[in-house]
Amino acid sequence: MTRLRQLYPQLLALGVVLLLIGLISPGFFSVTVQNGRLYGSLIDVGVRVAPVALLAVGMTLVIATKGIDLSVGAVMAITGAIAATLVADGHPVPVVLLVALSLGLVCGLWNGVLVAFLDIQPIIATLILMVAGRGIAQLITGGVILTFNDPAFSFLGSGAVMGVPTPILIWLAMGLVVGLLVRRTALGLLIEAVGINRRASMLVGVRARFLILATYAISGLCAAMAGMIVTADIHGADANNAGLWLELDAILAVVIGGTSLAGGRFSITASLIGALIIQSLNTGILISGWPPEFNLIVKAVVIVAILTLQSPAVAEELGVLRDLLRRKGAKP
Amino acid sequence: MIRARHLPFLATVLIFVLAYALCVLQFPNMLSFRVLGNLLTDNAFLGIAAVGMTFVILSGGIDLSMGSVIAFTSVLVAVLVRAGVHPALAFALALMVSTGFGALMGLTIHALKMPAFVVTLAGMFLARGAAFLLSTDSVPISHDFIKLLKGLFIRLPDKGKLSFLAILMLLAFVIGVILAHRTRFGANVYAIGGSEQSAELMGVPLRKTMVQLYAFSGFMAGLAGLAYTLYTSAGYSLATVGVELDAIAAVVVGGTLLTGGSGLVLGTLFGVLIQGLIQTYIVFDGTLSSWWTKIVIGLLLFAFIVLQRLILLVSERRAAIRSAAGG
Amino acid sequence: MTENALLQAQGIEKSFFGVKVLDGVDFSLRGGEIHALLGENGAGKSTLVKILTGAYRRDAGVMRLAGREVEPRSVAEAQDLGIGTVYQEVNLLDNLTVAENVYLGRQPRRAGLVDRRRMRADARDLLARYGVKADPDETLAHYPVAVRQIIAIARAVDLSGKVLFLDEPTASLDAREVQALFDVLRQLRAQGLGIVIITHFLDQVYQIADRVTVLRNGRMVGSRALSDLPRRDLVAMMLGRELAEVTAHRDPGAVLSDSPAAFSFKDYGKRGAIAPFDLDIRAGEVVGIAGLLGSGRTETARLLFGIDRPDSGEARVDGATVTLHSPQDAIARGFGMCPEERKSDGIIGDLSVRQNILLALQASRGWSRPIARREADALAERYIKALDIRPPDPNRPIKFLSGGNQQKVILARWLATDPRLLILDEPTRGIDIGAHAEIITLIEKLREDGMALVVISSEIEELVTFSTRVIVLSDRHHVRELRGAEITAEAIVEAMAVPGDAA
Repeated sequence: MTRLRQLYPQLLALGVVLLLIGLISPGFFSVTVQNGRLYGSLIDVGVRVAPVALLAVGMTLVIATKGIDLSVGAVMAITGAIAATLVADGHPVPVVLLVALSLGLVCGLWNGVLVAFLDIQPIIATLILMVAGRGIAQLITGGVILTFNDPAFSFLGSGAVMGVPTPILIWLAMGLVVGLLVRRTALGLLIEAVGINRRASMLVGVRARFLILATYAISGLCAAMAGMIVTADIHGADANNAGLWLELDAILAVVIGGTSLAGGRFSITASLIGALIIQSLNTGILISGWPPEFNLIVKAVVIVAILTLQSPAVAEELGVLRDLLRRKGAKP
Repeated sequence: MIRARHLPFLATVLIFVLAYALCVLQFPNMLSFRVLGNLLTDNAFLGIAAVGMTFVILSGGIDLSMGSVIAFTSVLVAVLVRAGVHPALAFALALMVSTGFGALMGLTIHALKMPAFVVTLAGMFLARGAAFLLSTDSVPISHDFIKLLKGLFIRLPDKGKLSFLAILMLLAFVIGVILAHRTRFGANVYAIGGSEQSAELMGVPLRKTMVQLYAFSGFMAGLAGLAYTLYTSAGYSLATVGVELDAIAAVVVGGTLLTGGSGLVLGTLFGVLIQGLIQTYIVFDGTLSSWWTKIVIGLLLFAFIVLQRLILLVSERRAAIRSAAGG
Repeated sequence: MTENALLQAQGIEKSFFGVKVLDGVDFSLRGGEIHALLGENGAGKSTLVKILTGAYRRDAGVMRLAGREVEPRSVAEAQDLGIGTVYQEVNLLDNLTVAENVYLGRQPRRAGLVDRRRMRADARDLLARYGVKADPDETLAHYPVAVRQIIAIARAVDLSGKVLFLDEPTASLDAREVQALFDVLRQLRAQGLGIVIITHFLDQVYQIADRVTVLRNGRMVGSRALSDLPRRDLVAMMLGRELAEVTAHRDPGAVLSDSPAAFSFKDYGKRGAIAPFDLDIRAGEVVGIAGLLGSGRTETARLLFGIDRPDSGEARVDGATVTLHSPQDAIARGFGMCPEERKSDGIIGDLSVRQNILLALQASRGWSRPIARREADALAERYIKALDIRPPDPNRPIKFLSGGNQQKVILARWLATDPRLLILDEPTRGIDIGAHAEIITLIEKLREDGMALVVISSEIEELVTFSTRVIVLSDRHHVRELRGAEITAEAIVEAMAVPGDAA
């Protein structure tokens, strides 16, 4: 909110990426209005980023508690499968939304119970659903790629409100709602406290188990929303490929956003910018005419670069440097 | 003497034997050397990769790059052979590249003090991207040397075959067991998995061990890539997506603690065999879909993770009572 | 003293981030002696040990081993030179077997492979010499801390053989185990080893050590033979002045009121932790709890605060029965607790001083009722001023504060909740003398304001100063209650020596 200064590194990185793409393909920034809807590469970035952005919202909270949620991609597949099945059976959109979101919530609660109440390491606990989830999704779709034709549901993926594509509105709204939820209440502070020192937090009466459960539940909800957007966009559910590897992109977005995998202080806004950086790279490579194969390599390079900058080892070196500069006149 | 730390391994063996017995009750044909031989051959590349993954997990780390490295080496070999390089030379080159790649990841993990999870995630993207750059199509291999290797086998009773791939995998496990229990490297890996800090204070060379560890894991991924190339007679950059998950599942179902420091390489073999058994059962049944494999593996993962939590809780409680009793 | 020194260091200097931690420290150890290294927390003991054992590099100074200049660059190098170390907490690996622990990194090999049979036999023989009968094939986690400690010593001596550093080896041992450990050390001394022991227990220093070196604020105060150093002088060396006035006399206000007990625990206990006890706590009194480590004192605090669940007895607040099964239960009744391990159980390192102060209050209000920024600022400002927290910057992450100031923040955290009963587990441990005195003054002030306090402390003089009653613990039993004039250091020590089941 008022901490714009803390977003400088992420904003700068996004700016540089966008500028580079703009240099390569000058048409990148042009936005036009056709049929009362905004079009353009920039808008496309905003639409394509929706699944990762949604996942990143939940993932930020999970990572802030020192956790990780590997299952979000599989949860997307599950909720996408159930949504497609229900839509294909002719159920109205509100029912579909309700059922899919509930299922996402259940998945999140399952992870949360394993982590918070059985004290299983998050990476291990969520691995279970990551492995089994796609099997469950296929169980729902009966092993085939389900397709449907329902304009009302497709609106989630390809519609627009006042010219703005729905996916953009959905991820912005989710970011805003969760952001307000954690920052206008004490949830954010308590989550950070648990992530930094769970034992100490519990000793001052923080309900750490409940908070951890809540973050995984929110993550499940976000994944359900992302699963539905993808399903609505492609008018079908592909249990094998829906959300495949998106958990890694979401984690990457959170890490780029500066939230440490060791838990603690977090910023949802920064994670969303992180997601935008990743998607801009994807789109940029696509429209620059490079083969899409480069995408993965660029991503790897970005991870390594960010890792290097954020690594404790390098931070220590930088800290020493800063201290040396500061020492002038200051007493030790 | 049965020790608490061997309980997960014994549970794995027991599950495998019971599951196999149940399968045989329903399909008596499954009790044959032919089925066993195929079980080993079909899962050879997974087993080889899982040997490397076992060491990484024993150290408390993880290697997400495995599936990508397998794909990369298989494409590299296929492209090299297509360009006229002798397969043996191509194999050697591919192993060198994958081992070097692993060593580099190990060095990065140590030097940047970053979680293995993130570094090997970068490795996963990098290796897959590199495979795409080599070729996006499936590259078939046909060479007499490859045919020769594929033709090698040891005859088992009743039309069973122990293929070259199966032998290669069993060899990988033998090497793994020796490395884990009869070398200082193995002891150092267990030590790091117990506590990196204590291990360092006890004089374990962290950097060297981490580099060796991930180099070994890279080597095994490369070897798995070669096995996969032999198995499919092709190199394809989109292949073996998610094999690292299967390998992790095999390691955990094999009784190794995902937090590191405890487990047996031999357990992983049974973890792999259990996965293979489920697939074989589905083939025999004919009506079940293959995605049941994933669900059952997920259930097994869950069961083992909970089992290990329980063992830990019980041993903690016992230790508390012992020290309360005045040691 | 130089010619027969086994290990000698001169003019050792070390800085971290521009702060000098060691400044021209000399140290000299003879073969066949046990040398105690003493100093308050932050005096630079552990830094010195880490430099001498190769874990840190020194900035300046010379180090000689048997007259030869040495420069160990790692723990392994120091070991090769003959310098071994046993650390207090992280010494061995619980997940490895006993034999693997003893021989990690130097396993006997045959034909390039580890010879496990010989390793087992060697480990058994080696440990037998230390009087330890441990199955070499069992994981270390199977054995109690005292046995692990001796295994660690066996390893270190076997590995290095000339010099042995022991960092607080007795911290988690009971009296019997300490004697067993000392027997081993005497045996090693007779073999000509030079042994350096870091400890906080002065009794043990006089019992086992031949000489002592005292550090204070990164400088060497002196090195003396213990035989002609009276205890009072040693304490003065450590404190840098005559015994602090604040610990000299009983506070005259520490008298028992006859009001009814606000908090009452009857037959309260937990098997394996603390035997059932009765405890009444009145408003306006300080109940001191004395006992050695492992006597059940921290376990008592954990039970009172609901961290552990009792398996017998009942708790009453203002006469009404209450369940205390979690810290939340206790906090809801107006309890607060400062834990013994400040770093791991107390501070939330990356959060600011303000956030740390308001955390308990926020947790008790619940997540949906956030403390407004203005209220938080006021709260932080009030306690930073009242407790003189330095630096007075509410936005600074608490991890950058000194131990004493961190402790004040944790106290402030509970005071902000306006508690009726405050449980303090070792509130003055590991903090500098200034903050020490301030915290004792604060305890007395809170008592006068009518708060009920339970204070656990291993500093007996401190308990004598402020307690209205002292409960003495031994072997997990509450063995004795002292009141009024009965409360003297001698009486407490005497009661501590009583075996627990004789109560």
